[in-house]
Amino acid sequence: MKFIGIKLSSLSHKYIVALAGAFLMMFLVVHLSTNLLMLTGDRADFDKAVEFLLTNPFIKVMEYVLFAGFIIHILLGVIVWFRNRKARPVGYLVAQSSGTSPFSKFMMHTGIIIFLFLLMHFYHFFFVKIGLVPLPPNALSESDFYSMSVYLFQQPAVSIAYIVSFIFLSFHLFHGFQSAFQTFGLHHSKYSPWVRIAGAIYAIAIGIGFSVIPIYFLFFY
Amino acid sequence: MDITLKIWRQKNTAIKGKFENYTLKGVSPEMSFLEMLDYLNKTLIEAGKEPVVFEHDCREGICGACGLYINGRPHGPLTHTTTCELHMREFKDGDTIVVEPWRSKAFPIIKDLSVDRSAFDKILIAGGFINIDTGAAAEANSILISKTLADKAFDAAVCIGCGACVAACQNSSAMLFVAAKVAQYAMLPQGKVEANERVLKMVDSMDDLGFGFCSNTYACEFDCPKGISVEFIAQMNREFLWAKTCKK
Amino acid sequence: MIQLDAKIPQGPLAEKWSRHKDALKLVNPANKKKLEIIVVGSGLAGASAAGALGELGYNVKVFCFQDSPRRAHSVAAQGGISAAKNYKNDGDSVYRLFLDMLKGGDYRAREANVYRAAEVSNQVIDHLTALGVPFARDYGGTLDNRSFGGVQVSRTFYAKGQTGQQCLLGAYSSLNRQVAKGTVVMYPRRDMLDLVVIGGKARGIIVRNLVTGQIERHGAHAVVLATGGYGTVFYLSTLALGSNASAAWAAYKKGAMFANPSFIQIHPTSIPVLNDYQSKLTLMSESLRNDGRVWVPLQAGDKRHPNAIPEHERDYYLERRYPAFGNLVPRDVASRAAKERCDAGFGVGETGLSVYLDFKDSIARLGKAAIEARYSNLFEMYQKITGDDPYTQPMRIYPAGHYTMGGLWVDYNLMTTIDGLFAIGESNFSDHGANRLGASSLLQCAGDGYFILPNTISDYLAGEIRTPKTNVAAPEFEKSQIETQQRIERLMNIKGSKTASSFHKRLGKILWDHCGMVRSQEGLKKGMALLDELQNEFYSDLALPGSATEVNQELEKALRVADFFEVGKLMIEDALERNESCGAHFREEYQTATGEAQRNDRDYAFVAAWQFTGSGQKPVMHKEPLVFESVELKERSYA
Repeated sequence: MKFIGIKLSSLSHKYIVALAGAFLMMFLVVHLSTNLLMLTGDRADFDKAVEFLLTNPFIKVMEYVLFAGFIIHILLGVIVWFRNRKARPVGYLVAQSSGTSPFSKFMMHTGIIIFLFLLMHFYHFFFVKIGLVPLPPNALSESDFYSMSVYLFQQPAVSIAYIVSFIFLSFHLFHGFQSAFQTFGLHHSKYSPWVRIAGAIYAIAIGIGFSVIPIYFLFFY
Repeated sequence: MDITLKIWRQKNTAIKGKFENYTLKGVSPEMSFLEMLDYLNKTLIEAGKEPVVFEHDCREGICGACGLYINGRPHGPLTHTTTCELHMREFKDGDTIVVEPWRSKAFPIIKDLSVDRSAFDKILIAGGFINIDTGAAAEANSILISKTLADKAFDAAVCIGCGACVAACQNSSAMLFVAAKVAQYAMLPQGKVEANERVLKMVDSMDDLGFGFCSNTYACEFDCPKGISVEFIAQMNREFLWAKTCKK
Repeated sequence: MIQLDAKIPQGPLAEKWSRHKDALKLVNPANKKKLEIIVVGSGLAGASAAGALGELGYNVKVFCFQDSPRRAHSVAAQGGISAAKNYKNDGDSVYRLFLDMLKGGDYRAREANVYRAAEVSNQVIDHLTALGVPFARDYGGTLDNRSFGGVQVSRTFYAKGQTGQQCLLGAYSSLNRQVAKGTVVMYPRRDMLDLVVIGGKARGIIVRNLVTGQIERHGAHAVVLATGGYGTVFYLSTLALGSNASAAWAAYKKGAMFANPSFIQIHPTSIPVLNDYQSKLTLMSESLRNDGRVWVPLQAGDKRHPNAIPEHERDYYLERRYPAFGNLVPRDVASRAAKERCDAGFGVGETGLSVYLDFKDSIARLGKAAIEARYSNLFEMYQKITGDDPYTQPMRIYPAGHYTMGGLWVDYNLMTTIDGLFAIGESNFSDHGANRLGASSLLQCAGDGYFILPNTISDYLAGEIRTPKTNVAAPEFEKSQIETQQRIERLMNIKGSKTASSFHKRLGKILWDHCGMVRSQEGLKKGMALLDELQNEFYSDLALPGSATEVNQELEKALRVADFFEVGKLMIEDALERNESCGAHFREEYQTATGEAQRNDRDYAFVAAWQFTGSGQKPVMHKEPLVFESVELKERSYA
């Protein structure tokens, strides 16, 4: 199967999707740890981190890598999904009652929700930063993400939309984390159950961690 | 017991098929699933109708010929069981049983419930063998293989080529089938010599035949009548990555 | 009368094969490319032969009725494959393996062939191992062996209970390798319906394409049949449902003699018939008799649950009759003893046609875990099929038709009485006499395919290097195709009311009752009359749906059943002719005072080779005397 003119085998697709996914999972950890600084009680902690992220040249480069990661992960994911539909032109009458876990079965669906969330998230922050969207009334500058968060998450609808999206993100990660290990051949009857547990912990931690922010601004700020 | 069967009927590859309903009375719980179909066919023939075509041969779970998608699962409701080993005592009086063929672009339907699985042969022809001529073998005990490794290779080698992995997979992927063979040979010293070329050729062939891509759903392992582990898929992922990146 | 020439080489037994090989004519590589060989059947024998012939450079065409060679019935062999490696230092040798096979076959096999099978056994193991067959290993990494019924050494190589599957997949891989190279072309989903003989030489076959229904012609310089046995003649047997006699039968009708057709092994430990719709008898490995005790109730017709029958009301009849060997008597003896008890009214189960195989004492002695480790896969299989748990109640077992020692007559070169037609594996008669020793069928198949036929066929083909490619437009092909089509039309036009399977079932019952484990002159004659009657009914009341130009599984069955009638009759002829008991052939009239088989070496130490003389005509029997140069004939005793 060709991708931008290069013949890629099914396994190469997998490696690339998994590699991009693994990178995105690491990014989520960085993103979450920065976000959690909002909860220290002193917004200067968070602002300092933002300042660092916006000025550090390495991070600037990584930003492009991040965008590339998103695009590749999404694009290849969609290509594979369509190819897989084609592999079974006539479906079964009785839905599968087999061992496919719901997390892996709905990767495309959770993926679409995450993608839509991403657009919303960009609208709320990234597009504000680059000036495409006007500043919310309380923000001091294009990079005053703290004020933007306060403004956004005090609206219950926005908070709920974020939290729901995080639940789907958790679902996506639930499969994604251990799946990346499998794709790179890191499977062992002794250790793989632990990888699964680690994946579950990671997925839940990411979901809860990100959800804490809107909850904080909605109820406790 | 009395049962209702909803069976896929299709005259040949070209003509579109449809489901037909049959009510079958006097089914014994002692019958195997295929004997129940024999009984249905006897009834159909005696009534001047066309019997249902389905594949079967050894009827003891080893040849891999049988393979029906029964009530949403390849080989029916029991794990580690082929269709021919399934018995009617697993069903209740009055049940409706839906019987479908394997559904995959790579397995075209020949007639009714019979599908063409020659794609599996093609993958093996692409590289599923060890290059050794008759007469060239060394004394068997000159190759020492640890018991653990030999047993593991055996666990991969038990594949019966029935295609349940493809049928079960939401992507119609043949990864478990291919991986089992790749892993068996890669583990054994006899096959290790050409492991790199083998995995590249077999994956290439698998891709060309129209199977879907693996997305690690593990439905294949769950429905494999021989319980082959997805661990071998991981091993193939490893072998392929190595062959592609480091050995070309 | 035709003089059968077995072409057994001169010289001492141990040197016959190597001397013979040195004398065989060869074909040079350039000429091999011009020669075509048809192999029918893709089991262990066919696949290994095709692989080996392809390696040599011949153009090979392989035909099988299955959708893939990997499904051939060799796949179902469970126990193992024997070889004279003597890895256990227990005194084994080629000679001892030969002796065990010959004795197991009750001295009705050809000495030189059996010796050769034993001789190539070590090469077979080396080659299969090199092909990646995952045989069981010991902790040090060497190959493991286990013991098997009827012998005193440990020489059986195995891959759990799936040795046949693993050996077949190995041979299949060597076949695939040649397909990839282009020396072998696979023709799956084809039924061979006729052999084409031109100028006295086998030149091709007529097959029916099972997908399109088309009748196809295929030509070659030589034809190899590797089509297995005809145990399915009994309808209920341990064989795959598709296993059939038709290819061998077509050869028989074209002049290949059929040897010892009545020699069919009955396996003692199969799951019994459970219901009227049963289509298949599943084997429970012979190894179970190592730890299971066979018994029936002391009181006839005792219908109590086996666990409710106290110890003193049980009859462990094998231990009673054969104190020295007990439950481990050979297959034929165990089978007949079970039948004797059931016929006397002591059988158990609803049909009264089964005996108990009880693991209670072994479980008490060794623990459940030990029994589980040895037999878990068999116990699971038993539970799946019967729904009963053999850990808590005894298994029920009964003998079932299993392996056909009889088959196409071949000479030492494995060539039949038709020039250029070879038969290998179970389809020939040569290595197992009147009863096959366990773990020797895989050995024969791989030995014939890899190491014997590729040598001997060149001796024939050396004379064919000037023969052009066979012309399938030749009148012989035309005639053969028309006859085949007429046969099909005849069946399609009956338009009766009964299915082919229902006839097969009745035919099987007649043979099982009259030409099964125990035979008598009176019973055989009655069986023949019943077969005649049923055959007439078949040709007047067969129901065949659909058409012949599409997938038609009923037509496939009907064609096979039509042949089984004729096979059954020849079995009866042969059993009638052999006025002795030997191996699996037990004639009531010829038994010792204790009810054991009584062989008659003076009058019956010969191979009965039957010649077809025309439909409805009595076949003619030719004798190939069996000369034993190296062994002294002994009576078997297990008491």
